[in-house]
Amino acid sequence: MTPPLLRFDKVALRRGGRMLFEDLDVSLAGGEALLVTGPNGSGKSSLIRLAAGLLQPERGIVERTSLALADDQPALDRELPLGRALSFWASSPAQAMEALGLTPLKDVPVRLLSSGQLKRATLARVVASSTPLWLLDEPLNALDADGAGRLMAAIEKHLSTGGAVLAASHQPLPGNWAKLELQP
Amino acid sequence: MIGALIVRDVRRGLTGAAWLPIAFFLLVAALVPFAVGPDAALLARVGAGILWLAALTAALLPVERLFEPDRADGVLDQFALHGLAEESVALAKIAAHWLTFAPLLLLAALPASALLAMNGRALARTEIALAIGTPALAALAVAVAAVTAGLPRPGSLAGLLLLPLAIPLLIFAVADAYLLEAAVSLLLTAGAPFVAGAALRASRT
Repeated sequence: MTPPLLRFDKVALRRGGRMLFEDLDVSLAGGEALLVTGPNGSGKSSLIRLAAGLLQPERGIVERTSLALADDQPALDRELPLGRALSFWASSPAQAMEALGLTPLKDVPVRLLSSGQLKRATLARVVASSTPLWLLDEPLNALDADGAGRLMAAIEKHLSTGGAVLAASHQPLPGNWAKLELQP
Repeated sequence: MIGALIVRDVRRGLTGAAWLPIAFFLLVAALVPFAVGPDAALLARVGAGILWLAALTAALLPVERLFEPDRADGVLDQFALHGLAEESVALAKIAAHWLTFAPLLLLAALPASALLAMNGRALARTEIALAIGTPALAALAVAVAAVTAGLPRPGSLAGLLLLPLAIPLLIFAVADAYLLEAAVSLLLTAGAPFVAGAALRASRT
């Protein structure tokens, strides 16, 4: 049995004096996809940032492998053409750009992209990262049907090559996801 | 990754706002003869001190763009995910900021010294002192930028934090006490990445 790519062991998280969740156990192995759902403010994004190591748990242990994160912050230099901005994070982003339909926008400065295109670019940064674990916070925000389809295809491919995906979304995602529902 | 970050920041500095602090520095130097009168002897006497005050205030200008854009845009988070310690990010920022700030400042000190009727010897002493002190100015600016990142209107708070910390540097720099100035500069430059790193971790939400 392969060791999990992400493991929460009795994790509790406190944010702003409020306990968001306690005794949370999560285990994600290669090929597995987990969707975190719950109403606004239930701690979906905090769980993602906890998994990324950007927040520290109040109690419990979080273990993770190397990972890539896509949230609502693109982390791409706004003045650069999209291709160059992506290649700061990944040496060869061409395939990921193709997968998300961004190739025609290669030479367009990031600051001129629409919010949907920017979301695709953020996701392309993750796809290009060649890390086994993807963390996606509200991946469908601002994406059109074509973008969502391309994302699902990329996730499918990632899972089939032994990767794992943890996503948080308030809307249902197409595809085969294990579910974790957070209570408000 | 650190090398790439330095190259990126130098590129962004030189294509962006690197000239603003230098223009500000020259402007302050140009204002002084109007403020104290065209007495060459008086100007030459206060010249070194004026150049340092101008350099200190010019060092404050870029504080808001050193960390805040990268924090708001998630770039700092991505560095953390790539396993880069916050201290390393701060060190790279100091190096990049120094590279875009110090050489231009040393160059701008030439015309500025002429505006203040400083002779060659005084200019040379000031250039040496600036060369020794600018790493500390860059380090202080980065540390203060990290502490104030994410705050609303951080500019004035940055001034209150940075200027008192620069006083020892200023004292030794205008007294031509190069060794003591170098000691202070080393202390500030070595300590700043740790201050900035702790501040960045604490500000993460």
